[in-house]
Parts: sequence; structure tokens; C-alpha cells
Amino acid sequence: MTDKKSHPSLLGATLAIVQKDLAAEFRSRELFSAMLVFSLLVIIIFNFALELDIEVRRTVAAGVLWTTFAFAGTLGLNRSMAVEKDRGCMDGLLLAPVDRSAIFFGKAISNLVFMLVVEAIVLPVYALLYDEMRIFQPGFLGVILLGSIGYIGVGTLLSTMSVQTRMREVLLPILLFPIAIPVLLAAVKASSGILSGAEWAEIVTPINILILYDVVFIAVPYMFFDAVVEE
Amino acid sequence: MIEVRKLVKRFGLKAVLRGLDFTVQPGEFVALLGPNGAGKTTFLRILASLSRPSLGEVRVAGYSLPNEAAQVRARLGVVSHMPLLYPDLTAEENLRFYARMYGLENQSARITEVLEMVGLEKRRGDLVRTFSRGMQQRLAIGRAVIHDPEVMLFDEPYTGLDQDASEMLDEVLKSVAARGRTVVMTSHDLARAEDLATRFDILSRGVIAASTTQAELKNTNLLAYYKQALAD
Repeated sequence: MTDKKSHPSLLGATLAIVQKDLAAEFRSRELFSAMLVFSLLVIIIFNFALELDIEVRRTVAAGVLWTTFAFAGTLGLNRSMAVEKDRGCMDGLLLAPVDRSAIFFGKAISNLVFMLVVEAIVLPVYALLYDEMRIFQPGFLGVILLGSIGYIGVGTLLSTMSVQTRMREVLLPILLFPIAIPVLLAAVKASSGILSGAEWAEIVTPINILILYDVVFIAVPYMFFDAVVEE
Repeated sequence: MIEVRKLVKRFGLKAVLRGLDFTVQPGEFVALLGPNGAGKTTFLRILASLSRPSLGEVRVAGYSLPNEAAQVRARLGVVSHMPLLYPDLTAEENLRFYARMYGLENQSARITEVLEMVGLEKRRGDLVRTFSRGMQQRLAIGRAVIHDPEVMLFDEPYTGLDQDASEMLDEVLKSVAARGRTVVMTSHDLARAEDLATRFDILSRGVIAASTTQAELKNTNLLAYYKQALAD
């Protein structure tokens, strides 16, 4: 029984999963390519659809962005968990003597990194196509980050459940979108408020909802992820 | 090393394991045999802490399941017909990942030792997706022993392997068992099980229907014993 510690730390196991996911994705680029191509296509399609009406475009700008990120995120969440399930690797993770919430945090951080990278590419394209340079301000980028954390938090939790089923591609959006409505609505409200130059008092409520949602969907999996992955 | 008392596992109304008793002494190599649907994989998943028992008592390496699952998992290695490996990582990266998940120190030396044991040291930098099924299964055994477990569970490890790959896996399994580990293996390959195991338990209709040892089989062969046990 050489080289053995009793239990690796939560942080150590989380970082191991994140590094593993990033290394695997760096080689295959399957998940990232799917998310990016989908996002760009949606942005371009909306651009043509809303081309003639500048006022409407400004009004729906935040909605277009969050619709794009939500659907692209769902693609990534499905793929990220399918990689673990299809070759039995989820069992490999569950067999490790670690706090199982490390699996949630590792997968969630990986998914968040993929989503943020896609957003970092999509936002400049969006700014060019829609002539909307106001998105490059700290407040707007902060809302993007808060919304992404919340969406990925609940999405990672639900994708862990849906991946156990045969209908996982269909089931994840059916489960995810109703539960993610508060975070998506708050993100759209806060984003459009910032883009339209609204007062802080007008956007503080949706931002508080985003923060609350993020805290809840970090705390809930920490407490209950073991039960979620239990057979 | 393994003690199971009155184990019941139900999926809904269907009982897969029905009051199963099972004991394995340290260093024993037990082949768990039985027809499809007998509950072999379900039983192994309970021993591996991947599934909860509905009723009954399960102890592995002195720890109780499911309450002390983390302690059990630290002392357990599991190999199934799925490799539990990441195809877009190299052999070394896969082992390093699992070494980190088990909190090992001196990881590089241990990874080299394991790769030599499974005969893959020259392919350590190659992606797992370029490996044959047999090489993946050998690496899967390397993954399962990376933390030097006391107990090994093998669930149909020969599934999908050709003759050459199966013979290579025989040697790896023998070397794993030769280190004094306690092994439980499910298999439909009676000839291989007879060659490797020291004890043979036959699981049928959710209970151990018969049990014999290598020494007790002298006057007959395992196939005849197996058929007789299922017929009774």
C-alpha cells in the first residue's frame, strides 16, 4: 500500500477534472467547435432576420445574445457529460475516494471555461454585425459572467441526471429551460438595462437575482450531488 | 476481506438479489459465474459502492457500505468491459489523472511501474483512441491498480477481446493476483475462470446457488459443475 493518502482534497480532485477536460478538449475540439459554430450561425441568422429594423434590433439585442448562449451552452453540457458516460468514465470518477461534489465542481468549471471562450469569440462578432460596441463595458461583461455561472451551474447538475437516460439530448433542454428561466430573464433584463444606459436602481434587482441564483446552484449541488449520481 | 450478509437489491418491484450471502478471504481469487441476468454485475456494482443495497450488510476491507464508501473506494480497483479511459488523453495522462483522483504521491514513478506491468511503457505518450481493444483493456487494469488496491473487482474483463488479447490479459490478471490481492471476477469464459481462480461461486436467481474450490474440482471440470449447479 505505497504512495497512498487517505483522501485527496476537494480542490485537488476538482482541479484534476478541470485539467483533464481542458486537455481532452484541446485535442479533440469537438465540444468547442459545436458550440462556436452554432453560436455564430444563430447570430448571423438573427442579423439577417432583424436587418431592416434598427430599433427592434437594439431592443432585442440582449435577448438574441442570451438565446444564443443558452442553446450553445446546452449543446456543450450534453456533450461534456456524454463523454463521461459513453465509455464508463463516470464510473471511474465515482470510484475515486473523493467528495463527489468535486465531480460537479470540476465539470461545472470546465463547462464554464468552454462557454466563456465561446462568448469571448461571439461577442466581438456580435458587436461588428449589430454595430453595438457598448457591450464592451465592465458592467455588461459582469452580467455575462454571472449569467453564465448560473446557467452552467444548473445545467451541469441537470445534465448529470439526463445523461443517465436514453433521451438525454431531448431531456436536458426540457429539464433545463424551465429551471433556468429566472437566470435567463434576469440576465436579459440586466443586459438590456446596461445597454440602454439605465440607472443602477433599475438593474440592481436582476443582478441580485443572478447572484442569488449563482449561490443557490453552487450550494445545492455541493449538498446533494452524491444523491444525484447515486444509482 | 469481503463479507456480504442477506443482501437484497430491488429495482422497483423486481428483486435482482434475494438474500445473498458471500464471503471472500484475503488473497482469494473468486470467479463469480452465472447466466445472463443472474445479478452478477449488480452485485459487483454494490461491492464497488456504485449502487446501494436495498437490504442487507456489506463489508469490504473492514469497512461498511454504503456508510464508509470513501474508505472502501480507496482500497478497491474495478475493471469492467468498459475501459473507463479518456480516448483523447494519452496512456500516461489517463493514469496521471486517476493518480491525482486517488491522491497518490510520487505519481511519475508509480505510472512508469504500472505501464511496465501492463506492457505499455513504449506507448505511454500515445492517445488511447489509437489503442486496440486489448491494449485499452490492459491500460484499464493499469488504471484500476494505480493506487495499489487490496481488492480487485473484474466484471467480464474478456468481453470483446480476441484470442491473443485474451492471453495477454491472462498474464496481467495473474500478475495482479500474484501480489496477494483479493480478486472477484465475473465471467462467461469458464475455461479462463478455471485457469485463474481459486474458488468458483455460481450466482443464480439472486443467490449463490453453489460454490466449490480449485482443489475440490479435481474429479470433474468446471463446465460440468456449472451445468449441474444450474440444473439443481
